[in-house]
Amino acid sequence: MTDQAPHIDHSDQSYLDGNAAAGLLAEVFAVDATTARGRCASCGDESVLARAHVHPVAGGGLVLCCAVCEGMLARATEAAGRVRIDLRGMVWLELDADGDDDGDDAV
Amino acid sequence: MTTAWRVADVVDARPETADARTLRLRIPGLTGYLAGQHVDVRLTAPDGYQAVRSYSIASAPGAGGVAADELELTVEELPDGEVSPYLVGGVAVGDQLEVRGPVGGWFVWRPGDTGPVQLIGGGSGVVPLMSMARAHAAAGSDAPFRLLYSVRTPASGFYRDELDALAGSGAAGAPLRLDYVYTREAPPGWPHAPGRLMRDALTDAVFPPADDPTFYICGSTPFVEAVSGWLVDAGHAPDRIRTERYGGIGGAP
Repeated sequence: MTDQAPHIDHSDQSYLDGNAAAGLLAEVFAVDATTARGRCASCGDESVLARAHVHPVAGGGLVLCCAVCEGMLARATEAAGRVRIDLRGMVWLELDADGDDDGDDAV
Repeated sequence: MTTAWRVADVVDARPETADARTLRLRIPGLTGYLAGQHVDVRLTAPDGYQAVRSYSIASAPGAGGVAADELELTVEELPDGEVSPYLVGGVAVGDQLEVRGPVGGWFVWRPGDTGPVQLIGGGSGVVPLMSMARAHAAAGSDAPFRLLYSVRTPASGFYRDELDALAGSGAAGAPLRLDYVYTREAPPGWPHAPGRLMRDALTDAVFPPADDPTFYICGSTPFVEAVSGWLVDAGHAPDRIRTERYGGIGGAP
């Protein structure tokens, strides 16, 4: 595992929504991170991670990119039972401390 | 090792279409979920190679005779898929699967939500929308609900009988208004020639901006891009449009 940003071909449409990262992010965050708001370090857009564009990383993991500028917001990789999160693409990330949106308290 | 993975028992399996199947999973410790959530499924090959894909939940909590510790997924087989061919054609009742979730708090509908809801699904993108329609009906919700469902052929639509029952042949007071779009082959006597969903047909079938509906759109990336773009052009607020794309990259590891 390196700290190199993976190459992403933004010319195709093969990305998913940030929703798709919910399972992997649930390995790290105690509450649902896809409803968390983040500020893009590249363009300043503020949005929930569910609206980000998700691209797969070869070998297991995901990159979340800003839906406005396609700058990398976060990268989560999973290998050999370890998860590494790179959050440098966000100035901040604001989570719901009450955890009301994680679904575990559903009816 | 991380601990989010659980072992689920496959307790029922039934075909939905020629290339899609609904699996009922019993997940020990499952206490609830939200309509629209998904689970990750992990398969491990004998050599240790693992593949993970996300699948939307089709069932709704407390609806359809699904027990409290159970949920249903509907999986469509992708020709070159690593996981879906096994889930559609391989796994059997009595087998076990590794699952993570249910997860996701964004593309969800809650029974307490009272505003109009417009569901728009392309192909197997109807699965999480079906969970919402089932939850809506089970709750006896008064929230106006519509589903616009784009399918290739009459035989490729999921849940046809149940959707027809929810829509009550268009009767007033039915829990769901249902509109089909057929892209390759339409039923005999259908008033429109088969073809892709177009801008005008979309805006004719959905709630107008004045109703301030919330949109849930699920389908392939090009489908979601086109539909959400047309809705914004028609005057719908982008922050009322929630999307879930699926497609060639096969979900979230």
